[in-house]
Amino acid sequence: MVGNFIGVLFDGVAYGSLLFVISIGLSVTMGLMNFVNLAHGAFAMVGGYACALLMTRAGMPFLATLPVAFVVAAVAGIALERTLYQRLYKATHLDQVMFTIGVVFMAVAATTWVFGPSQQPVRLPEFLRGQVKVAGVGFGAYRLFLVAVVAAITVALHLTMTRTRFGAQVRAAVDNPVAAAGLGIDVNRVFGVTFALGSGLAGLGGALGIDVLGLEPTFPLKYMVYFLLVVAIGGAGTIKGGLVAAMILGICDVAGKYYVPQIGSFIIYFLMVALMIAFPAGLYGRRS
Amino acid sequence: MNERIHPTRRRVLQGLAGAAALNALPLRAQAGEPLKIGLILPMTGPFASTGKQVSAACRLYVQRNGDTVAGRKVDLIVKDDAGVPDTTKRIAQELVVQDKVHVLAGFGLTPLALATAPVATEAKVPMIVMVAATAIIPTRSPFIVRSGFTLPQVTGPVADWAAKNKIRRVYTMVTDYGPGLDAEKAFHARFKAAGGEIVESVRTPLANPDFGPFVQKVKDKAPDALFVFVPSGQGLAVMKQFEERGLRQAGIRMIGTGDVTDDDLLESMGPPAVGVITSFHYSAAHDSPENKAYVDAFGKANGGLRPNFHSVGGYDGMHLIYEAVKKTGGKGSGEELVNAMKGMSWTSPRGPVTIDPTARDVVQTVYLREVKMVGGKPWNVEFDKFDNVKPQEG
Amino acid sequence: MADAAETVADRAAPRAPGAALVPRLPDARWRPAEVVFWLAVVAAYFVFPKHHVIGSQILITGLFALSLDLILGYAGIVSLGHAAFFGMGAYAAGLLAVHGWGEPVSGLAVAALAGAATGYLTSFLVVRGSDLARLMVTLGIGLMLFEAANQLPSITGGADGLSGVAMWKVLGAWSFGMTGSTAYVYSGVVLFALFVVARRLAASPFGLSLRGVRENVKRMPAIGAPVARRLVAVYTISAAMAGVAGGLLAQTTQFVGLDVFGFPRSADLMIMVVLGGAGRLYGGLVGAAVFMIAHHWLSDVNPIYWQFWLGLLLVLVVLFARGGILGAIEALRGRRGMQR
Repeated sequence: MVGNFIGVLFDGVAYGSLLFVISIGLSVTMGLMNFVNLAHGAFAMVGGYACALLMTRAGMPFLATLPVAFVVAAVAGIALERTLYQRLYKATHLDQVMFTIGVVFMAVAATTWVFGPSQQPVRLPEFLRGQVKVAGVGFGAYRLFLVAVVAAITVALHLTMTRTRFGAQVRAAVDNPVAAAGLGIDVNRVFGVTFALGSGLAGLGGALGIDVLGLEPTFPLKYMVYFLLVVAIGGAGTIKGGLVAAMILGICDVAGKYYVPQIGSFIIYFLMVALMIAFPAGLYGRRS
Repeated sequence: MNERIHPTRRRVLQGLAGAAALNALPLRAQAGEPLKIGLILPMTGPFASTGKQVSAACRLYVQRNGDTVAGRKVDLIVKDDAGVPDTTKRIAQELVVQDKVHVLAGFGLTPLALATAPVATEAKVPMIVMVAATAIIPTRSPFIVRSGFTLPQVTGPVADWAAKNKIRRVYTMVTDYGPGLDAEKAFHARFKAAGGEIVESVRTPLANPDFGPFVQKVKDKAPDALFVFVPSGQGLAVMKQFEERGLRQAGIRMIGTGDVTDDDLLESMGPPAVGVITSFHYSAAHDSPENKAYVDAFGKANGGLRPNFHSVGGYDGMHLIYEAVKKTGGKGSGEELVNAMKGMSWTSPRGPVTIDPTARDVVQTVYLREVKMVGGKPWNVEFDKFDNVKPQEG
Repeated sequence: MADAAETVADRAAPRAPGAALVPRLPDARWRPAEVVFWLAVVAAYFVFPKHHVIGSQILITGLFALSLDLILGYAGIVSLGHAAFFGMGAYAAGLLAVHGWGEPVSGLAVAALAGAATGYLTSFLVVRGSDLARLMVTLGIGLMLFEAANQLPSITGGADGLSGVAMWKVLGAWSFGMTGSTAYVYSGVVLFALFVVARRLAASPFGLSLRGVRENVKRMPAIGAPVARRLVAVYTISAAMAGVAGGLLAQTTQFVGLDVFGFPRSADLMIMVVLGGAGRLYGGLVGAAVFMIAHHWLSDVNPIYWQFWLGLLLVLVVLFARGGILGAIEALRGRRGMQR
C-alpha cells in the first residue's frame, strides 16, 4: 500500500517535472512582458519533432538530440519574437490571444502537412527503458531520468536568476520594467534572451515528453490548458511558483487517475477552480 | 422592424422554404449523370489519422476500379468535420441540398453518425458508415449500411481465447465512450460465461494525456491479463506504459481488440508489441492475394503507409457503393441502392464479407492474431479464425 | 435613409413607460449602418437559398458571441468557459424535447433558464479576481460540466450524444427540414429579438455602469455603483443568452453532443468576438460570420490544411487591423474624417 503510494507520488513528480520544464518559459515571459503567448506549446512541439526526426531519419542517439531540440526551439522562438511578437507587447491581451491562437492553428496545419497526422515514434535507448527497483518499489527508469534532468535544470535556472548579472536584470525587469530601463538595463534585449531561453526549455520539454505525452500535430492545442494552469496557479513570473504548481498538478492528476479513476478528471478541474478562487494572483504571484 | 417585416417575410419564406425542400429531394438518378459521393471524415483534430486512412482508401478504390461505374462518372467529395457532430450534420445537409449527392459516407465517431442519421432518412440517401463502431448505429436509420465493424463482433473471440489459455483473471481498460463500453460489456459477458473472473475494470477519458497511472494500477492488481480497447491512434501510448512499467516481466499479458495494435502505428510500437494477442477483422498481414495487392497499392499511393482497419472499412464501403450502382444499372434511387446492398457478399482484403440483409450491418470473419516480428517489422499475424460473426454477437 | 432608420428604431425599441424621464442616450438611435446590417441578414436568406444550414449556425453562433461580448466587451470579464452556459441550454432544450415536449419557443425559455441559473450560481466565483484567474475559473467550470455530462450517460447520452431530439413545428406552422430554411428564420428572429434587448441594455445606465467597471473597478464604488451586484446581473443575463443559443443549436440540429461544453467551443467564441471587435455588440456578430464563413470556405477548398489559412487570417487581422474588424473600420473612418 505504502509502496503504491510512493510509486504514485513519484509518477506525479515526474509528470509535474515535465509540465514545469515546458511551462516555465511561458510563466517568465508572461511575468516579464505581460504577454499572453498561447503558442507556447508550439515551441515544445518544434523541439519534439526535431528530436523525433533526428532519431528516425538521421539515426542520432536520443540523448544527443536533446540539446538540438533545445537549440532549434530557441532559434524558432527568438525568430518569431523579433519579427512578430515584438509588435504586440503594447497590444491588448485579447489581441495577443487571437494572434497566438492564429500561430497555433498555422503550426498545427503546417506540421500535419510535413509530417502527417500520426503519432511520432521514439525508441528510447536501452538503459532508459524498464524499471529500477529501490526498496521493493519499481521506478520507471525513464521517469527517474526525467526527474533528474529537470532537477538539474531547475538548479541551473535558480543559480542563473540569483547569482548572475543577467538574472538580476531579469528580476529587475519583471518587478518594474520602466524603472529597470531607467537604470540602463536593456529590457528589450533581456526579454529577447529570456524568450529564447523559455522557448528552448519548452522544446527540450517537448523532446523529453514524447514518451509520456506523445507527439502529434494537435499537441499545442491538447496541452494548452495544462500549461496555462501551471502559470495561473503558480503565478506569472516566478520560477518557484511554476515549480510548485506543476508538482501539485502532476501529483493530483496521477493520484486521481490511480485511486479514483471514475472522477479523476474532475479532481484537476476542481482543484484549479478552488486554487484560483483562493489565490487569484497565483500561489506566488505579485501582480493581480 | 420586427413587426413590420415579419408577416410578409414569413409568407414569402414559407413559399421559398417549400420550394427549396422540394429541390432538396434527391431525384432519381439518371444514367450518365455523375455519381456524387459525399465523404465526411475528421481530417483535422485528434482523429485526423483515421480521416487520412479512410480517404486514402476511398481514393485508392476509385484509382483501382476506374472512376466510372455503370456509365456514371464517380465524383468523390471529401469534407472535414473535425469530429464535431453539429458540423457533421450540417455538412451532410449541405451535401444533400447543394451538391445533391447520391450517397453519404465516412463518419469517424459514433456521435457523428448518430447526429447525421435523420438526414439520411429524410433525404432518402444511403449512408455508408465506414468507421464508427458502436453496435446501435444502423438501427437509427433504414438508410444506414455499415462497412466497418462493431465492437461486440470483434471482442468475443479474444475472450474465448483467453479463457482457453489459462487466463483466469483479467483487468479491463477501455476508453470511456460508446465503442469502449460496447467492448467492455461484450468482453465481460463472454469471459465470465467461459468461467473467467474480471478483477477490475477502468474507463479512461477519450482525451487522455497519460496512461501511466491506469497501467500502474493494473500492475499492482496483478491479473493474468489486461484487456485493452482504445480508439485508433492511442495504442502507442498504452503500449509504452505497458513496457515501461514492466507488466510483461510481472507475468501480465496484453490482450484486446485490434485497435490497440493498430496497423497505422504498429511499426512505431516496435518490439514491445510482440506477443500481444488480439481478435479483429483486419490485419495488414492477412494472407490473401487480395490483401497483398491492397497493401502494396496503398503503400505505393501513400508514401509507404500501412493500411489499417479503418482504411479497409472505407475501401469496402466504396465497393458496396460501386456494386450497388452496377446492380441497379446506374439508375437506382437511394432506396434501391440500399436494397441492392442488402445481402451483398464479396471477398475483401480482410477476407469474406456479407452485409446482413435485415441489420444492414457487416457479417465477417474475425481472426485471432499475435504480434510477431516478420522481416524485422512487427505484424499482426493471424493464427485462428471464426467465420461469419454477426455484428451483434458479443 | 436616416429618417427611415429612426422610425424603425422607435418601433423596434419602444421605451418603457417611465423611461421617458431618462434622457435618451444618443447610442439608442438606430444608425443607417445597423439597418443595412439587419437587411443584409434578411437578404442573405434570399441570395443564398442553398446555404440556410450554415446560415442558421452562423446566426446561432452570433447570438452566442453577442452573449460573450456583453461580459467581455462591456464588463471586461474574460471567459474561456462560456460554453458551460451554451451547453446547459443545449442539454435543457434537447432533454425537454427527448422527453416529449418538443415545442421550440418554450424550449428556448427553458434553455434560457438553465443558462441563467448556471450563470447566477457561478457568477460569485467569477466576479472577483484577475483576468488570468477568471480565465482559469471559467475554463474549470466549463470542463467540470463537460465531465459531468460525460459521466451521466443515462441522462445525457454521454459521449455518444443525445439523439432523438424530436421538435414540433415552430409556432405550429413550420417544421425544421433538410434545407435549414426554418432554422435560419427562427434563429434570425430570436437573434434579432435578443439583440434588441442587449442593445437597449448596453445603452442604459446599467450598461454605462458596466463600462465604468471595465474602465476602472476601483472608482465605481466611489460613485455609488454596486460593482459586484452589477457584474452578477450582467453575467446572469449573458449566461441566459448563451443558454438560448445552445437551445437553438440543439433544436435546429436535433442532436446534442458533448462538444457543446468543450473548450474549443469557448476558445473559438472568444476569438470570434475579438476578431469582430469586442465591446461593440456587432463585433460578435461580424466576428462569428467572418470566422465561420472563412472556416467553411477554407475547409471546403482544403479539407486537411484549412487551419493554416484560418490561422493566417487571425494573425493578419491582429497585425493590420487592431481592435478587430469593426475597430479597423472605425479607425479608417476616423482617419478619413480627419482628412476632411
